[in-house]
Amino acid sequence: MAKSRTKQSKTTGRTFLRRPSRAGRFGVYGGQYVPETLIPALEQLTTDFEMAWASPEFRAAYRSILSEYGGRPTPLYEAERLSERLQRGRIILKREDLNHTGSHKLNNVVGQVLLAVRSAKKRVIAETGAGQHGVATATIAAKFGLSCDVYMGSLDVERQAPNVQRMELLGARVIPVDSGARTLKDATNEAIRDWVTNVDSTFYVIGSVVGPHPYPYMVREFQRIIGDEAKKQFQKQIGQSPDSLVACVGGGSNAIGFFTAFMNDESIEMIGVEAGGCGLRSGQHAATLVAGRIGVLHGSASYLLQSATGQITVPHSVSAGLDYPGVGPEHAFLRDSGRVRYISVTDHEALDAFQLLAETEGILPALESAHAIAALKKLPRDQKNASIIGVCLSGRGDKDLATVVNALENTS
Amino acid sequence: MTQSTRRRHHELTDIFADARPVIPFITAGYPTKRVFQDTIRAAVDAGAGAVEIGMPFSDPLADGPAIQLSSQVALEHGIDLPEVLKLTEDLRRHIDVPLILMGYLNPLMQMGFERFARRAVDAGVSGTIIPDCPVGEAKEWRAVSRDHGLANIFLIAPTTTDERIAVIDRASTAFSYCVSVAGVTGARGDVAASTRKFLQRVAAIAKKPYVVGFGISAPRHIKELKHLAHGFVVGSALVRILRDEPAKMAPLEAHRFIRSLVRAAK
Ligand SMILES: Cc1ncc(COP(=O)(O)O)c(C=O)c1O
Repeated sequence: MAKSRTKQSKTTGRTFLRRPSRAGRFGVYGGQYVPETLIPALEQLTTDFEMAWASPEFRAAYRSILSEYGGRPTPLYEAERLSERLQRGRIILKREDLNHTGSHKLNNVVGQVLLAVRSAKKRVIAETGAGQHGVATATIAAKFGLSCDVYMGSLDVERQAPNVQRMELLGARVIPVDSGARTLKDATNEAIRDWVTNVDSTFYVIGSVVGPHPYPYMVREFQRIIGDEAKKQFQKQIGQSPDSLVACVGGGSNAIGFFTAFMNDESIEMIGVEAGGCGLRSGQHAATLVAGRIGVLHGSASYLLQSATGQITVPHSVSAGLDYPGVGPEHAFLRDSGRVRYISVTDHEALDAFQLLAETEGILPALESAHAIAALKKLPRDQKNASIIGVCLSGRGDKDLATVVNALENTS
Repeated sequence: MTQSTRRRHHELTDIFADARPVIPFITAGYPTKRVFQDTIRAAVDAGAGAVEIGMPFSDPLADGPAIQLSSQVALEHGIDLPEVLKLTEDLRRHIDVPLILMGYLNPLMQMGFERFARRAVDAGVSGTIIPDCPVGEAKEWRAVSRDHGLANIFLIAPTTTDERIAVIDRASTAFSYCVSVAGVTGARGDVAASTRKFLQRVAAIAKKPYVVGFGISAPRHIKELKHLAHGFVVGSALVRILRDEPAKMAPLEAHRFIRSLVRAAK
């Protein structure tokens, strides 16, 4: 890092696919591994999305909701006291936590619900882990008068109680899922089962860059506004491009959204941070790209946490939004190509980072986003504190207060 | 094609020769290995034309509660893919109707398509049904299956377009599998009105035989659909018998149930 201050943008000619192949593939990853019943709906969705995304009216509606209702553009903020403390460089936060509903999830949901409305669907469903995607979906469903059912693992219902209450107040029905590990993976199974059953009447709003094509591509396009904005803000406020970008990776939507605008400038280092849970050696983690193997889950081929015989294993993270055994197929592609480096931080490190950001900057980050902050300590020290490090602060931490307070009591 | 390959393909087409076969589905090793084996033998005694054996998976997203539970229980008893193949091989020695394995793609991928196909053939399996591997994603698995003489049975759904029905009919070896309604596996009260229309649509397009499944749970369902499909798959209703009956009674109950279905199909 921290090469010359006057660096040139470097496009090496390597191409990082701007869009997936016709079969919905990023390299060998992605695809449509779903029951036959859903194939026609996915084909229709692909066409609907392509047409909408090419339509100036659709884009205008998407942008105006995100600005007038959602509060975009989100600020780019230089965290000076945090930078001082860490001595890794100038740390610049992209404040997705300041979106309406408290995370980047809103960007994607606005896009997908607009599509649902365009295709005259009266009901939306979603899966949620931390509850942020569920809250965003319930919110936009309320705004458009759609009925909304949210599947949530019953363990997550317990640990993200405030978000359950929010969804219910917003008029959504929260359906606890008791199968498997009772977290995000199981909620996703149940949402897919609902969609298979109600495919004619229902739009499935997926919360990350996962699932069958076109979801990973579509969700990326709806999230890339994070990086598109940040790129301009870096020039305007900092006067140069960042040297490094850091984001947490659950399914990978805030990271892809943040990285995409910068992808072809290979002088910019990119780091994706996965949930290391109790440590990689413990087996209790959710570090899919760091420690997983290639397989198929929830409609696409990607890296997975699984047993030797191909059963999906139960992940662990203190952060409900990262507690998922899969990851978006484009990340799998970016990992193999080496364009993005993926690392993991533990529950402990994330909790420390949560406190650090609170105390130095007066910001309570989501536990997911705290993983990105924690990763900064793994970067080399920067004597001059000169390199520019962009961090995607994907969400705010109100929802995590109980978890954090509990964890701190247990360790002290 | 080798001699044995040809035999296996024939076996699967032969089941339609002079009957509308009833094809029971049971998750491998559910509720115990013993009861599973006894129940399948009872079902074959009762006239089942072929047998589908479920390969348990941790995330069976095309399945309703009954089969989900059965997969979970089987996995807790260690019925992973290698064990499924062993159980199948044992079973093969006792029954002479075609055996079909049904399950999700990931465990097959991890074993390796080649290795899985070889072991399945050795265990006496005639074909596979992989619900999360639609025709568009099946190129490699179809090629490996062809090399080993394993049949591929693809699903046709009520949402499938006419053009796709033709594609699936061509891709399926032996026969296709129509899912009666958009949804997951599970017993249902009545045959949906839309199911008849759907099967008539398939009839007009498909050149190969096709069976119907998902929600078939009573003789009257088969009677209603008798002339609209070439065979009938019964899964959740049978798995529920295994769930609810005491172990000793389950094979007996299954025998009675399958026999009533076979009669309805005559
Ligand atoms: C605030 C926040 N950040 C990150 C994530 C992880 O998702 P993704 O990797 O798709 O950004 C979540 C998921 O719930 C979240 O709520």
